[in-house]
Amino acid sequence: MAERERRTAPPYGGSFVPRTRVMDGDGVRRAITRIAHEIVERNAGLDDVVVIGLQTGGVPLANALVEAFARIEGVQVPLGTLDVAFYRDDIGLRPAMPAAVTDIPAELSGRTVVLVDDVLFTGRTIRAALNAVCDYGRPRAVQLAVMVDRGHREVPIRPDFVGKNLPTRRDEAVDVHADGVDLGELVRLRDHA
Amino acid sequence: MTANLLSIADLGAEGIEELLRLTDSFVEVSERRIPKVPTLRGRTVVSLFYEESTRTRLSFEAAAKRLSADTMNFSVATASVTKGESLRDTVVTLEAMGVDAVIVRHASAGVPWQVARWVDASVVNAGDGCHEHPTQALLDCYTLRQRLGSLVDRRIAIVGDVKHSRVARSDVLAYTALGAHVTLVAPPTLLPPSLEGWPVEVSHDLDAVLPKVDAVEVLRMQKERQTEALVPSLREYTATYGLTRDRARLLGDDAVILHPGPMNRGVEIAAEVADQPRSVVTRQVANGVAVRMAVLFLLLASGAAP
Amino acid sequence: MIGELLVQGGTVVDPTGTRRADILVVDGVVAAVGEAISAPAGARVLDAGGCLVAPGLVDLHAHLRQPGMEEAETLESGSRAAALGGYTAVVAMPNTDPPVDCASVVRDVLELAATACCDVHPAGAITQGRAGTRLAPMAEMAALGVRLFTDDGAGVQDSGVMRRALEYASGLGVTLAQHCEDAGLAAGAHLHEGAWSSWLGIPGMPAEAEELMLARDLALCRLTGAAMHFLHLSTAGSVALVRSAKAGGLRVTAEAAPHHFTLTAACAASYDSVFKVNPPLRDDADVQAVKAGLGDGTLDAIATDHAPHPQEAKEAPFDQAPPGMLGLETALSLALAELQLPVEEVLALLSWGPAAIAGLEHEHGGPLTEGRPANACVIDPSASWVVEPERLASRSRNTPYAGRRLTGRVRHTLLRGEPVVVDGEAQR
Repeated sequence: MAERERRTAPPYGGSFVPRTRVMDGDGVRRAITRIAHEIVERNAGLDDVVVIGLQTGGVPLANALVEAFARIEGVQVPLGTLDVAFYRDDIGLRPAMPAAVTDIPAELSGRTVVLVDDVLFTGRTIRAALNAVCDYGRPRAVQLAVMVDRGHREVPIRPDFVGKNLPTRRDEAVDVHADGVDLGELVRLRDHA
Repeated sequence: MTANLLSIADLGAEGIEELLRLTDSFVEVSERRIPKVPTLRGRTVVSLFYEESTRTRLSFEAAAKRLSADTMNFSVATASVTKGESLRDTVVTLEAMGVDAVIVRHASAGVPWQVARWVDASVVNAGDGCHEHPTQALLDCYTLRQRLGSLVDRRIAIVGDVKHSRVARSDVLAYTALGAHVTLVAPPTLLPPSLEGWPVEVSHDLDAVLPKVDAVEVLRMQKERQTEALVPSLREYTATYGLTRDRARLLGDDAVILHPGPMNRGVEIAAEVADQPRSVVTRQVANGVAVRMAVLFLLLASGAAP
Repeated sequence: MIGELLVQGGTVVDPTGTRRADILVVDGVVAAVGEAISAPAGARVLDAGGCLVAPGLVDLHAHLRQPGMEEAETLESGSRAAALGGYTAVVAMPNTDPPVDCASVVRDVLELAATACCDVHPAGAITQGRAGTRLAPMAEMAALGVRLFTDDGAGVQDSGVMRRALEYASGLGVTLAQHCEDAGLAAGAHLHEGAWSSWLGIPGMPAEAEELMLARDLALCRLTGAAMHFLHLSTAGSVALVRSAKAGGLRVTAEAAPHHFTLTAACAASYDSVFKVNPPLRDDADVQAVKAGLGDGTLDAIATDHAPHPQEAKEAPFDQAPPGMLGLETALSLALAELQLPVEEVLALLSWGPAAIAGLEHEHGGPLTEGRPANACVIDPSASWVVEPERLASRSRNTPYAGRRLTGRVRHTLLRGEPVVVDGEAQR
């Protein structure tokens, strides 16, 4: 789970304490390669594909995906980043500062947008991202790639490409990073003190 | 960060930095084909302007609308103040209609503080008398950083009627909080009677100051205050403190000129100087909307305010 | 009618000294003073255990707003506030509507004063309409008992007019009191000119606006030989001017208000106009100088400058709100707590000092000895209380001390033997 989500999910400001390693670094790399192949296959190539990583956890995965495309197909796919802070439906309910400036490098109208995030949970971030994408243009299709789908959806959204389906309890937390994926809990530091 | 923006002093260096960072995001939004985000849908922002200022009012209104807030306008000419309604009654009435933020402009210093005591809505000071104008200072900082990068150890001159300038007071706080050195340049009659506690230097010699600064901020010479006879004549003021064409040549190559507007061309600044590439006056206006979006976002939507 | 009353168990403090004594009052007059007086049958007994029993306080400077501004204060509400604050006599300022500048308005005020909770003595205006040009009919007002004349709210700007007023007044045996403020230097000001006014963007009046007129009037006293009283002096420079004038033998007296030795210009930082007053709250050095002046006899009296204003007026923007703050119910507590002076000296400043200036020494200000009118207050010096604006007796709420915890409070007040305040409650 990205640092920002950690700050903004209950318990706010908690720190992630890993319990179980569910994927190692090789597993993550293999999953990215597989997803890259699936995307190429689904879209019969990479023409008109634009990759957009969601701030902040989706950005390194989107980078890795674009690198994989370059390896597999020898194509440089346009890469953007999107911060959904201004589109969230829980505005005012919890802290929601944008982490970075949104950067959409290409025209989205008529193209296939692949949104990339680390963890798919309630689906609300993706709902917000869909709204945001539509403000930039009218894509031909929007697809969703995530490293971990942990369930507990609150809106009718499903991923097109998944690194790993991981059954979780609602109060657990998932942390995706370059060296693997951990399942654990968010613990408020002062609870330890 | 409180739920109000009354003074630059409330923000401190950290708060200013945070708002300037946030402004980057809204500059991006403003550059989009549809420069609008749904962030403040269902929120109501009211402008309560007891003093006409079309540009500031429009800037706040554009900011609120780009955040999808509903906007309402209370302007003095049409309003019940002319019927003798008290400030407090007006403000309480507005709050009863359900507003989330009140943007206050008033010719009397301190009115935003009074309003903040009476309402739960967020209060933004859009200029109070001769006291403060915090969003103007934020947009000045943002504009200067676009041109100069960091303001640490930069030298900035503020020239003109500092005594009556809310922009000058907010700018002094903001520039120095970001590490700049500020010199006030004005005849003694246009300086506040006491500068005790102001982190500034003072000069009465504009020609000597100009070659040394990275930016010069020219204040509006308020013709309506001439009645006080604080300077013998505007002609003499222009001759001694106006940024004339000849004086502008004293500036370094990269030095920037700011003006909070509206300009009295030919009085405090020569028309040709105002149009030079080093003048960032229109940049200030454009950034004003993004800065005010950042302020409204921070107060109403970020959850960062209590 | 009032019968017999015994003030029991207190320590009497008056111009003759301090001693443990009970006071027996018969028909409004002190009948006996001594230790362990036993109450005659049927006499009312007021407990003064642990308390100071002092001559009633005298305020040289209160705005009771009647006639004309009854929504702010009336003689009834203002005198009740005064009685609760320990006062048995108050000089009411003439800046009413109409102003007290002729015999008929004096008569009106005196008529209202007949039923007040303390003696109210109207001060008369020096000039007609307080406009600073033509002398008011001082003789006809003096004939009705007016002893103090002032244009308070403004100073008499014209030096020639002021000279004539002083000369004329000296023939009547009355005293002129000046609100020292040079109109040119004070024009448009709402605060003390200094660091705070400069930062807050509100025009200030320099200390010199007060000192300039004070210096002029001292010169006029020298020129005319007249006596003069100076109202609410607030600056270090003013205290120094009075000190040297007294050393030079001029017949001048001066007062200071509690807010000028307890509050500074910094209070205005919140833009709460409850801190707007004229003369304005000054700097810390001025506060220290005023305290020193009260301690060394340069300043002769503490006067409240009690200036009630209705809430809606004080809710205007700072530069539009009227100046003034309440004072009658807090002055004694503040003086006891803040001046670090012996209690005898504090009471001299609040009671017999001002009584002499107002020409009331036969009625008020003690001493509490046999045959004297029983105008007295009983002060519990250890009572601790919090200033709650809505619980004050004044019709207005503009106290700058809201929420402040004070020590020392009036328990009983006697007006010619009648207990007008008993156990901190007004009786009429």
